[in-house]
Amino acid sequence: MKALEIKGLRKTFRSNFMLKKYRVLKGIDLEVERGEIYGFLGPNGAGKTTTIKCVLGLLNADGGEVLVEGRPVAAIDSRRCVGFLPENPYFYDYLTARELLTFAASLFDLPPPAVRERIGALLHRVGLSGREDLKLRKYSKGMIQRLGLAQALINDPDLLILDEPFSGLDPIGRKDMRALIFSLREAGKTVFFSSHILQDMEMMVDRVGIILDGVIRRQGKLSELIARSTQYYEVACTGIAEGRLAQIQSNYAVRDGHYVLTLASDADVNLVVESIIHNDGRIIAVTPVKMTLEDIFFSEMRNGQ
Amino acid sequence: MRTAVKGIALNTFRESARNKVFYLLVFFGVLFALSSKLVSFLTLGDAMKVLKDTGLAAIHFFSALIAVFTGVNLVYKEIEKKTVLNILSKPVSRDQFIFGKFLGLALTMLVALAVMAGIFFVFVALNGGGFDPAIALYFLMLLLELLIIVAISLLFSSFTTPILSFIFTLSLYLIGHVMWTYNEFKVVLKAPLWRGFARFLYYLLPNLAKFNIKNEVVLGTPPGAWTVLLSILYALAYILALLCLTILIFRRREFS
Ligand SMILES: Nc1ncnc2c1ncn2[C@@H]1O[C@H](COP(=O)(O)OP(=O)(O)OP(=O)(O)O)[C@@H](O)[C@H]1O
Ligand SMILES: [Mg+2]
Repeated sequence: MKALEIKGLRKTFRSNFMLKKYRVLKGIDLEVERGEIYGFLGPNGAGKTTTIKCVLGLLNADGGEVLVEGRPVAAIDSRRCVGFLPENPYFYDYLTARELLTFAASLFDLPPPAVRERIGALLHRVGLSGREDLKLRKYSKGMIQRLGLAQALINDPDLLILDEPFSGLDPIGRKDMRALIFSLREAGKTVFFSSHILQDMEMMVDRVGIILDGVIRRQGKLSELIARSTQYYEVACTGIAEGRLAQIQSNYAVRDGHYVLTLASDADVNLVVESIIHNDGRIIAVTPVKMTLEDIFFSEMRNGQ
Repeated sequence: MRTAVKGIALNTFRESARNKVFYLLVFFGVLFALSSKLVSFLTLGDAMKVLKDTGLAAIHFFSALIAVFTGVNLVYKEIEKKTVLNILSKPVSRDQFIFGKFLGLALTMLVALAVMAGIFFVFVALNGGGFDPAIALYFLMLLLELLIIVAISLLFSSFTTPILSFIFTLSLYLIGHVMWTYNEFKVVLKAPLWRGFARFLYYLLPNLAKFNIKNEVVLGTPPGAWTVLLSILYALAYILALLCLTILIFRRREFS
């Protein structure tokens, strides 16, 4: 069974008087395996939040199928083993962090005495120790984001759905959030998070789904998407006369006092390296230059237009 | 009852209890009730009767205001500020959410009324009056009325803005208190269609006047047990119908 399975999910918004239709999701297909970190990547307005809200039953889809741990969204029990951090979360500002988590626990039918210790541990885990009894109106944006994660973890969920978890976090906060997400995977949890920040994705995810304009354009293991796409090789060398080098390979540049040659395929690498050595040159590095997620992302964007 | 429903109810109560406007309204209710002493100086007749009459009217007015104000605000705020996402993304049904909200509002009204009633009883005692069980009955009936108002405001705020909900709820409250005009109206209306329509409205709209037994209580002729029982049943049925309607609307709502 998959942690999350979405097939042909469609969603249309209507303007107030039903005059105008906005087709936001045009048939989303994606699968999240258990125990993986899945990155849901897409530009602003692509439909990430809308998809997530359909998964949680906050929006009613027009069509398609969504299974959360094998259960349809219509069953409220499908949310029993799910944790959710909304985009720009907001919590009752008249509560303290501890009160909010106690309330969140009650929604899972966990009575206050049963969760007292768990709440302390969670607040510590997200780095809010010492602020447990401060009213949330005095919390900063980053603190709210951390608290949002804590409330998403209150039921020890198997699947975590995080909508833009890094937004509003400073570099330390981002690092903490990353470490936390990794530790969740370590513990066998599934993490599904949306973002439009490529670096976050590239650093963390096992698999990625790229959504553009309401359609999943690319889905797969990040390592495969990237491995399949070595673009070229760079050979850095020094000590060779420039005239000789130009004879070996006309396509070179000077960088940091070295010559850097660009080769299209690995077949050329051996030949070129041999010639350089033969001409008293010194090889400094041979680097395969792979496509980054960014390249993949932008090439999909271009294809879409 | 599910812990979740209890949690929502208690949190709703806590929200009102940490709201300054709530205290302000309770404070004014008490203030105006106490100022009935002044009125009793200024008017002729039985001072104690005037005191009770004016005091209870003040409490009625302000508690109704609290009911409309809290009922209209709480659900709307929850949707507008998106805190509802944190609830409905957990294993809580829409029905349970509405039910929990209603219970929390009911608890809020119970506490607000208990405070005002308690102070009023002490006030009456300080002015040489004894404990009048009829006044306790008055407060019970008032509580039923407040619960209906709260349920009405909950219904409106489940699909419209606070301003409109406020206007609608207040209108229904006012109409609910002039229901006695129906009998006079009936005589004026000749065409059976109009009579039918008036009759329909009569049964559809909340008959809140039923719960206002101030005059009877002050004059020492409180309604009998049978009338009280009927009023309680009427209130329960009306609230249940309102809650069902609210839930039906809320089930179809989307939260984006
Ligand atoms: N209630 C609504 N009514 C009409 N259109 C909506 C509604 N909610 C969202 N949309 C539209 O749906 C599209 C997708 O929105 P969505 O919030 O899912 O994007 P997103 O991928 O999460 O973007 P971001 O990265 O900015 O959060 C947008 O064009 C938005 O305007
Ligand atoms: Mg979004």
